[in-house]
Amino acid sequence: MSAEIEDRLKALMVRGQAGESAAWNELLTRLSRQLRGYFARRMEPGSADVEDLVQETLMAIHRRRMTYDANQPFSAWAYAVARYKLIDHWRRGRIRKHVPIDDVVDWLADPSTAEDGATRADLDRLLATLPKRQSQLIRDVKLSGLSLAEAGAKAGMTEGAAKVALHRAMKSLTEGRTL
Amino acid sequence: MRTEDLIATLSQDLKPTPSVRQQLLRPAVAGGLIAFVLVAFWLGFRPDILRAWAAPMFWVKAAYTSLIALAGFGCTRILASPIGEPWKGFIAALAIFGILLLGGVVQLALADAVDRLPLLMGGSWHVCSQNIAILGAPILILTLLALRTLAPTKLRATGAAAGLFAGGVAATVYGLHCPEHALAFIAVWYSLGMAVLTAAGALAGPWALRWR
Repeated sequence: MSAEIEDRLKALMVRGQAGESAAWNELLTRLSRQLRGYFARRMEPGSADVEDLVQETLMAIHRRRMTYDANQPFSAWAYAVARYKLIDHWRRGRIRKHVPIDDVVDWLADPSTAEDGATRADLDRLLATLPKRQSQLIRDVKLSGLSLAEAGAKAGMTEGAAKVALHRAMKSLTEGRTL
Repeated sequence: MRTEDLIATLSQDLKPTPSVRQQLLRPAVAGGLIAFVLVAFWLGFRPDILRAWAAPMFWVKAAYTSLIALAGFGCTRILASPIGEPWKGFIAALAIFGILLLGGVVQLALADAVDRLPLLMGGSWHVCSQNIAILGAPILILTLLALRTLAPTKLRATGAAAGLFAGGVAATVYGLHCPEHALAFIAVWYSLGMAVLTAAGALAGPWALRWR
C-alpha cells in the first residue's frame, strides 16, 4: 500500500479514536473494500463467508479501536485484526462445517462400506482417540446395533449412564481434535 | 445486515476512546486493593511494620517485586495491541530475577554452613509462594477481564504477562505481611509465587482472552 494511503488511513483512525463520526465512517468504508479483497483472496471463490468476515473484522476494529497506538503503522494493526478473525474463522469452521457425526457413523455402519478396509482403518483410528470405554460404546450402539440398555449392561452401567457417555463420546468425536 | 448499514451504525454516537493504560490500570488498582485488604484482615501486617521501613532489605524486596510488576505491566500493555512484541519486557523480568538470584547465591556462599538452610527456608517457606498466588489471583482475573475488551492476538503470552504483573503486585503487597529479609529466601519463594501466577495466566490466556 502506498505511503500516502497509509497516512490518510492513519489520520482517519486517530480522528475516529477522538470520537469523530465522519472520519470513522470513511475509515470503515475504505477498510471494508480492502478487507473484502484480503478475505476473498484467502477463501474459496464466491464464498459467502467473505462478507461475514468483513463485518466481523469491522466490528472488532470498532470495539478494540483503543488498542491502536499512533506510533504504530496503521495497516499492520488493521491487518493483524483481520488475520486474527480469519484464523478464528478457520478454527471454528473445522468444527461447524463438517457433516454431523451421526450421519458419518451411520454411513460407516452400512455393511457395504464399513467393511471396506480403508474406511475401517479410518474409523478405528478415529475411535482410538477416545477413551476405551467410550469407543466401545460407539462400536456397540452405532456399529453393532445394540440398544443403549444392552450396550450399557455390557459395559456395566445403567441405560441412562450409557446414554450420557455415548453423547459425550459423540461430542468429542465431533469436536474431533485430530481427524 | 448490509456492510454499509453496519458501518453507519458503528459510526453513530462515537465516543473518544480511553487509553489502554487507563483500561489496564483500573483492574490493577482494584486488584491491588483487594490484596491489601486480604493482608490487612486475613494475613495481618508484619508485627514490626513500623520499624521495618528503616531496614534496607525491606526496600530491596519491595524494589524487586515492583520491578517485576512493572515489567509485567509493560508486557501486558504491549500485548494488548494485535501487533505487540513483548519480548523485551519478559527478558527484563528474567534479568531482574537473575540479579536477585545471584545475590541469593552469593549470600548463601558467604554464610556459615549452619546458617544456610535458615537463610533459604526462613520461617515461612511453606506458605510464602502459596500466599502470593492467592493474593494475586484477583489481580490476574481482573486484568484478564480488562484484556478481553482490548485486542491481544498472542493469547498465551498475554496471559503470562498478566500473570507476571499480578504476581509482582501481589508479592509487593505480601511484603507488608512477610518479615523475611534473606535474599535467598526472596529469590526462591517470592519468585516461585510470581512464577505460579505467570503460569496460571499462560494456561488461562487462550480461552480467557479469545475474542467473542
